[in-house]
Amino acid sequence: MPNPRMRGPMPSVGRVEMKKSLGALMQYCRKYLGIIISALICAAVSAVLAVIGPDYISQLTEVITEGISFTGVDIDLNRIKHIAFILIGIYGASMVLSYVQSFVMNYVSCNVGRKMRTDISHKINRIPLKYFDSHNYGDTLSCVTNDVDTIAQSLNMSIGALVTATATIISCIIMMFVTEWRMALTAIAASLVGFIAMGTIMGKSQKYFNSRQMSLAKVNGHVEEYYAGQNIVRAYNSEEKGLKAFQAANEELRKNTFKAEIFSSLMMPLMSFVGNFGYVAVCIVGGALAFNNTINFSVVVAFMIYIRLFTSPLAQIGQGFSGLQSAAAASSRVSKFLAEEELSDESSKKAVLTDVKGNVAFEHINFGYEPDKTIIHDFSAKIKAGQKTAIVGPTGAGKTTIVNLLMRFYELNKGSITVDGTPLSDITRENVHDIFGMVLQDTWLFEGTVRENLTYGKTGISDEKLMDICCQCGLKHFITTLPHGLDTVLNDNVTISAGQKQLLTIARAMAENAPMLILDEATSSVDTRTEIKIQKAMDAITKGRTSFVIAHRLSTIKNADMILYMRDGDIKESGTHDELIAKGGYYAELYNSQFVHA
Amino acid sequence: MIRLLKYLKKREWLFALCSVVFIVAQVWLDLKMPDYMNIITQASQGGIDPDTGVKYVMGDIWTNGGFMLLCALGSMACSVITSFFVVRISADFSARLREILYKKVQRFSMSEINKFSTASLITRSTNDVQQIQMLIAMGLQMIIKAPITAVWAITKIAGKQWQWSAAVAVTVAVLLLGITIIMSLVVKKFKKLQRLTDNLNQVTRENLSGLRVIRAYNAEKFQENKFEQVNGEFIKTNLFAGRVMAFMNPLMSLVMNGISLAIYWIGAYVINSADLMSVQGLFGDMVVFMSYGMQIIASFMMLAMMFMIAPRAFVSANRINEVINTNELINEGKGVGETNEKGTVEFRNVSFRYPDAGEDVLSDISFKAGKGETVAFIGSTGCGKSTVINLVSRFYDVTGGEVLVDGHNVREYRKNELADKIGYVSQKAVLFSGDIRSNVDFGNNDADDDVVKKSIDIAHCTEFVEGEKGGITSHVAQNGSNFSGGQKQRLSIARAIAREAEIYIFDDTFSALDYKTDRELRAELKKEMKDATCLIVAQRIGTIIDADLIIVLENGRIVGHGTHKELMKTCSAYQEIAYSQLSEEELKNA
Repeated sequence: MPNPRMRGPMPSVGRVEMKKSLGALMQYCRKYLGIIISALICAAVSAVLAVIGPDYISQLTEVITEGISFTGVDIDLNRIKHIAFILIGIYGASMVLSYVQSFVMNYVSCNVGRKMRTDISHKINRIPLKYFDSHNYGDTLSCVTNDVDTIAQSLNMSIGALVTATATIISCIIMMFVTEWRMALTAIAASLVGFIAMGTIMGKSQKYFNSRQMSLAKVNGHVEEYYAGQNIVRAYNSEEKGLKAFQAANEELRKNTFKAEIFSSLMMPLMSFVGNFGYVAVCIVGGALAFNNTINFSVVVAFMIYIRLFTSPLAQIGQGFSGLQSAAAASSRVSKFLAEEELSDESSKKAVLTDVKGNVAFEHINFGYEPDKTIIHDFSAKIKAGQKTAIVGPTGAGKTTIVNLLMRFYELNKGSITVDGTPLSDITRENVHDIFGMVLQDTWLFEGTVRENLTYGKTGISDEKLMDICCQCGLKHFITTLPHGLDTVLNDNVTISAGQKQLLTIARAMAENAPMLILDEATSSVDTRTEIKIQKAMDAITKGRTSFVIAHRLSTIKNADMILYMRDGDIKESGTHDELIAKGGYYAELYNSQFVHA
Repeated sequence: MIRLLKYLKKREWLFALCSVVFIVAQVWLDLKMPDYMNIITQASQGGIDPDTGVKYVMGDIWTNGGFMLLCALGSMACSVITSFFVVRISADFSARLREILYKKVQRFSMSEINKFSTASLITRSTNDVQQIQMLIAMGLQMIIKAPITAVWAITKIAGKQWQWSAAVAVTVAVLLLGITIIMSLVVKKFKKLQRLTDNLNQVTRENLSGLRVIRAYNAEKFQENKFEQVNGEFIKTNLFAGRVMAFMNPLMSLVMNGISLAIYWIGAYVINSADLMSVQGLFGDMVVFMSYGMQIIASFMMLAMMFMIAPRAFVSANRINEVINTNELINEGKGVGETNEKGTVEFRNVSFRYPDAGEDVLSDISFKAGKGETVAFIGSTGCGKSTVINLVSRFYDVTGGEVLVDGHNVREYRKNELADKIGYVSQKAVLFSGDIRSNVDFGNNDADDDVVKKSIDIAHCTEFVEGEKGGITSHVAQNGSNFSGGQKQRLSIARAIAREAEIYIFDDTFSALDYKTDRELRAELKKEMKDATCLIVAQRIGTIIDADLIIVLENGRIVGHGTHKELMKTCSAYQEIAYSQLSEEELKNA
């Protein structure tokens, strides 16, 4: 679900935490520190220039009023022209500097965002699988897009805006006092009264925003659930039930929306009142002072501009801070992800297995996904080169655990798995992955050409060789019917059946030509007739290779040299089909249950 | 958007009218202020009150200042009241839209849902409505206030010096031109950015979902390069858009500062060439012009902003309209009442094609299931097995022939009548948040605990249900995510059993269970529900081996029907399926 855009303040982040997470952001900015500082100087100078402007406007007025007397009008037009040109210069410079600032900060934020994304993308491939098995993909995805976007945006906008606003306020205050201290006090006092009122209201409104967010989530949740289960809802005549629950949630959302929106829409009138109030105060006090000839009226004109300059950045500062807050929250999520523990460094491992025969031995292995919950207790087995090992068991028995251990996606707690006598832990993961080819249950293909999908990362496989492999996998017809053959890009526009996908993944494993193979329920998602095709392809690929097969349909693995029966994560039985049937244990029961009459 | 407005109620139109009144009042107060300002200006310059002909005194400054303050307060009050009305409209209206959409979607059959896709319907009912709510909350005030302010302020200054009016006009033109140029340059880029964001998401998702494969093939670099390509393009586009958008701020200052400079500069010349009599008035006008000029420009800025926000909401409005204006394909029948036959399902020469499809998915399907019989459907993926049984529940309507339940065409039934006869279990288990009891009792609101417990028992859920702390009152999370796939499937079977229906439909329900549970569960069902008719779609021969009638489908046609034994002799398609799963020997034993 895309996040509905919210108005109103962001959830607050603690000050210490904010500092810490912005610290991580600072690391990325360090490279650009010089230009960031110069950009910020530009912003400050631009703001100061914009504040100096009204002083000249005031001078203009002064020249005009001086020219008016009871005897006639004689304005010094040369001086007017002179001042006007100075003003054009000041405003022009201020505009140019402000553009330079935006330009530079845009450059910095784009590059920081790019670097962050790259780092996250690299990080994804260096974190143990354990992390992703226990974390939502959605979180990582939103890191790459939403979080980095938020950071880049606030870097682009908030920092510049904060500096501009602060510089404006400070120089405004100075200019006001320099011009006329009584009016300066009036202007500041008037604005403060307004802003204190505004701050109090906004502080109180936070909880309404939160509760709106919560009831929005509730409505979304209900809608998601009932739309997805529409068939069931209709088949069970439960529309009434669903509607009632929906109406309750919707009504709650309506009320909370109303409350939250009322508060956020109070902001505008309040802001303009603060502006108006200051304006009125300046007019009255200034008018009175001018009446007594204490000041020239030109001062009032200048203050009318100062008060606008002074009140608007206060709102910007508020926005800037809430921008920084959400950037801090986003940046802490990003840096948390980037700080996740990585796979151990293996650059010191020198051993390399190349000419693999395929003798595999499990020696007293102990393993558990949680450190205190061991699920495989002291398992040992020897598999000779070229043999086929089948792993069976009910759903959820942990058959994939064996794959995870063989591929070193997870590390053993105790014991070792050796290939031709070398423990897998002594060679690099890359080497482990080279000696095992793998076909998984979920037929993962990526957006790219057929060739890219088949050769995946490898180079030097000729087209003849590829077509030969496709032939063996029964894919030749499929590929020749594609518009561009091997160069067809596989995406949503190309319809591929589940069976064809599976065959493609088998062809990919064949192209890798690894000495050993892992096949994980490679046929469960297709109908039985396609399965025969796949079975043939698999028989072709397992020939002469040590292979590990996870299977749902027992008929496919009866001829295996070794069957491991798994249940509740542990290996309960091991042996050949005949041995296990003779034993009359779990496997025998599972096997027989498929033909018993109900 | 306009078409959506008809869903506004009288009360909301009244509210809208009220807010117009208050906005007018607010604009009047806002524009009144410069008038008082004018008097203060003249008073402080030692001017003469044109009404009385007497020189202004100090008191005039205080009174007029007081009026200004009152105006400011009044303006705020009006604005707050307006907000109240507008927010009320936006909250009520969006809640109503959501409900209209929800009710509409509830009446949709599979055809309509598939036309939009579930995900899209969800977004339309939530996010799109939210967009409209925000447009109303923010935009309604602006869209009313901006033109009123602009027009009114223009009339206020219209009669005065044309030079100043020209300056304001030029400024507005510059503002609009600038915004148009900026927007025309970036709108395309923003659309592209949206697409590139999707790409970034897609490449990352791909990497995440293929982690095991990527690592197994040592293809990390390959994926990273792919990501870098999209990332680079994304940043390039972003840089350009950012550079153009960076002109926005300077443009605003140009307009704001330009107008004040222009008015005073022009003012100097205008006043200089004026005669002594009108000088005081002109000076006041100049100061006032500043205020009005700013108001006019601010209104145009607001309007320009509206043009930037509104298109998004209009797109949402269209998407909502599409849903609301979709005609339901399945119409309610007249109703049948008590039937003579019970528990029979008959297909007579049924054919079916999906809306907009070129070919039939099913053709010439005929069979009859009597009371208490089990009819099974088998065939390769995509052969139309599930479609057949979806026609019984009337998820779709047939395009030829007829489907009879208890001797009556399904079209004659009222939706509720038909649904009450059927216990349906889908291929993918669907649970709803609540507790176990509310899920099992989903379609039968007065089932007592005994029925619920018994259903749970028959469906083999007792073991894990009792393992939960709360037993049948245990919490079920959204989409049943706190239960495993097999557990969810068994609970959804329990839900069907609790209906005590005449006809049960299992759409490939048993494939998610392991052989043993599958077998035991079916044995239990057979025992407990002797009189119920069962329609089963299956992949495994073992699941259907003892059905009273097995129908073998291929490409939407029946290629064989009979019992297992008969089919093993007569139907080659069936034999092929059977041999792919079991050996000859095993089949003999069966």
